[in-house]
Amino acid sequence: MSYFSRKRQEYLSLDQVDRRRFWTDGLLNNALYILMAIFIIFTAVSNKNFLSPSSIVNIITLAAVSLPMALGIGGCIVLTGTDLSAGRVFGLAAAMTAAFLQNRAATKLIFEHLPNANGGWILLVLLVVMIVGAIIGMVNGFFVAKFSLHPFIVTLATQLITYGVILMFFQINGNGGGPISNVAQEFKNVVSGPAFRIAKWNVSIPWYVLFALFLVVIMWIVWNKTTFGKNMFAVGSNMEAARVSGVNVFMTTVLVHTLAGALYGFAGYVEAARLGSITAATGLNNESDAIAACVIGGVSFVGGTGNIGGIVLGVFVLRIIFVALNMLGINPNLQYIIKGAIILAACSLDMRKYLVRK
Amino acid sequence: MEKEILLKMTDISKAFPGVKALDHVSLDLEAGTVHALMGENGAGKSTLMKCLFGIYTKDSGQIFLEGKEVNFKNSREALDNGVAMVHQELNQALKRSVMDNIWLGRYPKKGLIVDEAKMYKDTSAVFEELDIHVDPKRIMSTMPVSQRQMVEIAKAVSYNSKVIVFDEPTSSLTEEEVEHLFRIINMLRDRGVGIIYISHKMAEIKRISDTITIMRDGTHVVTKPAKELSNADIIRYMVGRELTNQFPEKTNKPGAVSLEVEGLTAQYSLLKDVSFQAREGEVLGLAGLDGSGRTETLENIFGNATRKSGTIKLRGKVCKNRNPIESIKNGFSLLTEERRATGIFAIENIRDNTIISSMKKHLRFGLLNSKSMREDTQWSIDAMHTKTPSQETKIRSLSGGNQQKVIIGRWLLTEPEVLLLDEPTRGIDVGAKYEIYQLILDLANRGKTVLMVSSEMPELLGICDRILVMSGGRLAGEVDAKTATQEEIMTLAAKYV
Repeated sequence: MSYFSRKRQEYLSLDQVDRRRFWTDGLLNNALYILMAIFIIFTAVSNKNFLSPSSIVNIITLAAVSLPMALGIGGCIVLTGTDLSAGRVFGLAAAMTAAFLQNRAATKLIFEHLPNANGGWILLVLLVVMIVGAIIGMVNGFFVAKFSLHPFIVTLATQLITYGVILMFFQINGNGGGPISNVAQEFKNVVSGPAFRIAKWNVSIPWYVLFALFLVVIMWIVWNKTTFGKNMFAVGSNMEAARVSGVNVFMTTVLVHTLAGALYGFAGYVEAARLGSITAATGLNNESDAIAACVIGGVSFVGGTGNIGGIVLGVFVLRIIFVALNMLGINPNLQYIIKGAIILAACSLDMRKYLVRK
Repeated sequence: MEKEILLKMTDISKAFPGVKALDHVSLDLEAGTVHALMGENGAGKSTLMKCLFGIYTKDSGQIFLEGKEVNFKNSREALDNGVAMVHQELNQALKRSVMDNIWLGRYPKKGLIVDEAKMYKDTSAVFEELDIHVDPKRIMSTMPVSQRQMVEIAKAVSYNSKVIVFDEPTSSLTEEEVEHLFRIINMLRDRGVGIIYISHKMAEIKRISDTITIMRDGTHVVTKPAKELSNADIIRYMVGRELTNQFPEKTNKPGAVSLEVEGLTAQYSLLKDVSFQAREGEVLGLAGLDGSGRTETLENIFGNATRKSGTIKLRGKVCKNRNPIESIKNGFSLLTEERRATGIFAIENIRDNTIISSMKKHLRFGLLNSKSMREDTQWSIDAMHTKTPSQETKIRSLSGGNQQKVIIGRWLLTEPEVLLLDEPTRGIDVGAKYEIYQLILDLANRGKTVLMVSSEMPELLGICDRILVMSGGRLAGEVDAKTATQEEIMTLAAKYV
């Protein structure tokens, strides 16, 4: 018997009450997708440009920018935690990248004796900023795991500490807190430059979209195919049971945060290439969008649930909404209110699926 | 004389998609009686009670309380009408005090301020009445499960309830505490309270109840005075077939000494100077009252608790067992006491729950191999006779017995030499218990050393070879399971109290 005919039989065997529930449940469980579809159609009708190739590519690139951070924070949320330091770590990585990869011909340099932006140096800087991110993440994970502190508290503290470091970084060599700009073109070319063009629609896809795709694949493997991933879900689902089962809870927690930190570092690196000019405020509150994307995508704060596909979806949903609100010409102040309402609604709908019905 | 019918449930039906959970079930509860409700897990006992308390909406049927039809929308409304329930799985605010828990949702107030003095006084009064010795200001999480259960019972009594439902109240109580509970129940009965008593334990039911109703597969099977039903009758009605023995035949032959524990003393609990030996193929029981150090013994051997001193040897080799990871490597495994809190990963599926302790085996080039994980999980499901629709089913939707089988399977996949089982049959129905006993004996037959903690003495006498009795954190003595009596064990258990 095929899947559908079996489902059909199942449905026919239900009585009146259960049939009604079948429809309301189906409607509510998929409400996010239904509402998104309605929203997209509405926006597309109001503004013809919304579904144009360049707008779609714009949404994809914006999603690719915010994906790495969401992938990192997702792991922290699976552990029933969170990470408030993400935005600042991202900012520090962006600032360091910009400073290390300034155009050597520029008049105002943060560091005067650095090599030109050649391939090896560009790669080395990536490694350095990812390691810096990883170290901050490791500190987060260490305090969470060693002293059983709630990640909210630990990352609140490291957020402040990182901000202090950022402010000091912007004072180096008499910079006086001004933006770090003049990022080398060679660097921009390999990160935010076009990877390929689609001539038919006259759009080009930047490299970092491919990078984000690569990270999604890697993270999918890490979450689903490694002992580390399974351990992460076990710890998030029931820490005591994990400990008794022989899971190294300490290591797992530290690693989840470390990996997250490295991903923020990566995201900051891309940001430096994309914007070309970084200020001390870069990355401020970025974590809230990343957390929202994860939760919309079904990474529940209950812990132990969530998947990479959901995070990708969450990031896209959020980006589509942001772009659409702009295209509809909604007052920017009102946009915040709408975003907040959407996050609340999406999470309430998502939570329905995890509730144990009585 | 006909007693007044307090609670009348007639023709209650309830269906879930695909399952008829209740099929026209009726139940009459007379005032001043204890009415036992029996049946295997999934027989519909809990569903029936959930319909009474409005946790489920019944599809059909009527409920009358003192002749008036009622339809409670939630347990709060039921409570306000004098119908209370003591749940099997305690849902309490553990970080709060005893009295906060008892008066939760109806704090006495002086103006806008909660009247703590009155709360304290009223709590003390209820405790005195029930002969419970607990400080009303004590924080719940610092008390053993048994005392928390007593608090739950006191809460039900404090509502002046006319009907009290006890759902498996003794599953975490020792014999002595069961006696106490029975004194309370008898007192309530004398006051004219109607009591519905849900339990798996035959001996208990026969002692305490006046009437027994047995359910099977969502239907009412029989209601009879307790005196007229023998144990064999009850099992036959419950299982629907003859189950001649409560315990499987003992076929294991203890061999050479494998595990030697010497002077085990805990850092943070009362466990002191415990020494014993266990053999290959032996089932060694650990008896004692709640808090006598049984669980602590297992936890200290497994490195799940901090040891102060003492050595553990397996086949002559010293095992440090500083943490569970090391212990598992050394061939130990621990089935924890509280399955839901420290055993299962409720929201993960059967497969992830099965392979969590033996993942290294499935690594191919650093990645997990889905095929071998599926094979191992299938082996565990087949070997344990776990009843589950699929490997992808979330473990929380299985019955307690099947969850326990998944965890035992998890441990067998680590190829342990020593199995430390803490209350392996708690909250499991008769049929499944028998299967767990069989599994334990099979393990012994394969040369494993099994250490088993249980509060049910018949169970220890039924399947162990020797039984160690603990008292006040020390080893009080050892008895031969073939010849020992419950009285003997109880005497030893009281030695250092």
